[in-house]
Amino acid sequence: MSEQSIIISILAAAVTAGTPILYAALGELLTERAGILNLGVEGIMLVGAVSGFIAAVATGSCWWGLLAAMAAGGAVAFIHGVLTITLRANQTVSGLALTLFGTGLSGYLGKSYIGMPVPQAFKATTLGPLSDIPYIGPILFRHDVLVYASYLLVPAMAFFIYRTRPGLILRAIGENPAAADALGFKVFSLRHLYVIAGGMLCGVGGAYLSLAYAPSWLENMTAGRGWIAVALVVFALWDPWRALIGSYLFGGVDALGFNLQVLGVTVPTFFLSMMPYLFTILVLTLLMAKSGGRVVPPGALGLPYDREDR
Amino acid sequence: MRIRFEKRLAPSPLMTVAVPVVSVILALLFCAAFLALTGRHPFELYFAMLEGALGSAYGLSETTVKAIPLMLCGLGISLAFRMQLWNIGAEGQFYLGAFAATWVPLTFPDLPVFIMLPMMLLLGMAAGALWALGPAYLKVKWRVNEIITTLMLNYVGILLVNYFVYGPWRDPKGFNFPLTAEFPPAALLPTFGGSRIHVGLLLALALVVLFIVIFRNSRWGYEIKVIGSSERAARYAGMDIKRNMLLVMALSGAVCGLAGMTEVSGIAGRLQPGLSPGYGYTAIIVAWLARLNPVAIVLVAGMFGVLQVGGYIVQTFGVPASMVAMIQGAVLFFVIGGEMFANYRVVFPNSKGAEKADE
Repeated sequence: MSEQSIIISILAAAVTAGTPILYAALGELLTERAGILNLGVEGIMLVGAVSGFIAAVATGSCWWGLLAAMAAGGAVAFIHGVLTITLRANQTVSGLALTLFGTGLSGYLGKSYIGMPVPQAFKATTLGPLSDIPYIGPILFRHDVLVYASYLLVPAMAFFIYRTRPGLILRAIGENPAAADALGFKVFSLRHLYVIAGGMLCGVGGAYLSLAYAPSWLENMTAGRGWIAVALVVFALWDPWRALIGSYLFGGVDALGFNLQVLGVTVPTFFLSMMPYLFTILVLTLLMAKSGGRVVPPGALGLPYDREDR
Repeated sequence: MRIRFEKRLAPSPLMTVAVPVVSVILALLFCAAFLALTGRHPFELYFAMLEGALGSAYGLSETTVKAIPLMLCGLGISLAFRMQLWNIGAEGQFYLGAFAATWVPLTFPDLPVFIMLPMMLLLGMAAGALWALGPAYLKVKWRVNEIITTLMLNYVGILLVNYFVYGPWRDPKGFNFPLTAEFPPAALLPTFGGSRIHVGLLLALALVVLFIVIFRNSRWGYEIKVIGSSERAARYAGMDIKRNMLLVMALSGAVCGLAGMTEVSGIAGRLQPGLSPGYGYTAIIVAWLARLNPVAIVLVAGMFGVLQVGGYIVQTFGVPASMVAMIQGAVLFFVIGGEMFANYRVVFPNSKGAEKADE
């Protein structure tokens, strides 16, 4: 392989490795924009991955798998919503509980599916002339449908958040729920809605792992990607476009690990596997150090909204 | 008709005790329904878990053995949580503690026991402390979120241990299994009678006493409490918040590192992958369920020891051990959901429009 084609294949791998993180990060971004911190992303992704896989095996179709993953992701996120929005529980602890619960639940449901092949996976398809553009084609346009869908989702979400009225309301309930409430917006219902929608996207991220990236089910197959997505939302400063860039950056670090061995670099795999985690710490630290600790999250993030406290 | 929640002036004392108990029962019922839905016999499984964990001398000893690391990690975590420092890194600190402790017998196999064990103890605690100090430093210096950094370091710590166990530390006489050589007898923690219960239990109980003294009687314990409940108040009172954050995280990590040391020296007798079946994560639930109270942590850890042993029992019924992790997560859900009822009262408006409280 020439050096050029190796670089192209690493960049293409960065996109596929970044896609599950991107979906999860977009889901968490939507949730956090509504003022709810959901640290259960890792657990939701696992539940999405396992339900998607089980449904795909049962129906023979990866599309039903995707649907099941979204439904399951939304359902477990709803638990977090009930606890934090309706019952005003501590969002940090509830999110941790969701991750622990989701890890156990997915392990329980998936036990008999370990090592099973999936009847239909999301396969790479070309997009006509787009796929033949030199450099860009092989990097961006020789992937599966879910990758293409994420290309559309990012601008759609950015447009929604910054340019539409519901997006404005979303930002309002995340910045200042009391004011939004006073204006007559249904803060509680809307927060529930965005927690569920965010959970559905995290579910897609999980399903991408079990139905496209490495079509199979393995216990804990997300391997911390959910947590990386949580970190990424901070890095992205709650902006979908920055989340896209960040996801591919992490995908690149992930992909680099595999490809370094192809290039003949003899670093033990254990150290290569550490890279995404160390990189997460490094990136967050650089961001915080550069901004002097003044990264501004949505104003009401993590705080339960209580009408009586108004 | 709408149900409203009204804040209580002070948490109801009855509810403070009732909520955790009822939560555990509800979580078990919730999971029973789920188990039944997936075609299992939940109460048969629960009974088998209880019998296996408590019905024999061996079961009781195994339950205690599993409870020890949960107690230690739970105590370590509770220290950080008291200051609203979310140390989610107990799992990594546990592995680092085990790792550093293992270095001693592998490098100096002939040390006498009275040097060997204290050295393993100190190094294990130091390694756990260092693993927690990194995130604490980043938090103090640049406000980097400690939840993410401590969690990321869990993965790094486990990979580091795996590298050594699969690589330089692999026992040449171990038939290529990823295990270090067995520790010499001087590196093994003493056990009680013929059981596997090791003196780590006494260390945990000693820590409980120490924690009680610190938080009831010392100025420093009081400072931690104040910083935990209001950083602003603490700053006005002239407390050194940064120094306390570093100190508390280091101590929290040290106790989790101690858990790793006692496990590798008291139970495994060698370093191996999968030394912890997620003790560091389960201990988060233990600490929270116990409301960070040291005595309660011991009791709750005992209860979770039952669950942990139960996890091995249910496998003989063909049920995955992850069922236990699911129950543990559900317990935490119900506990934090239930806390609402300790802090708020439910108000049902009656038909005439006037409101009547439920008690």
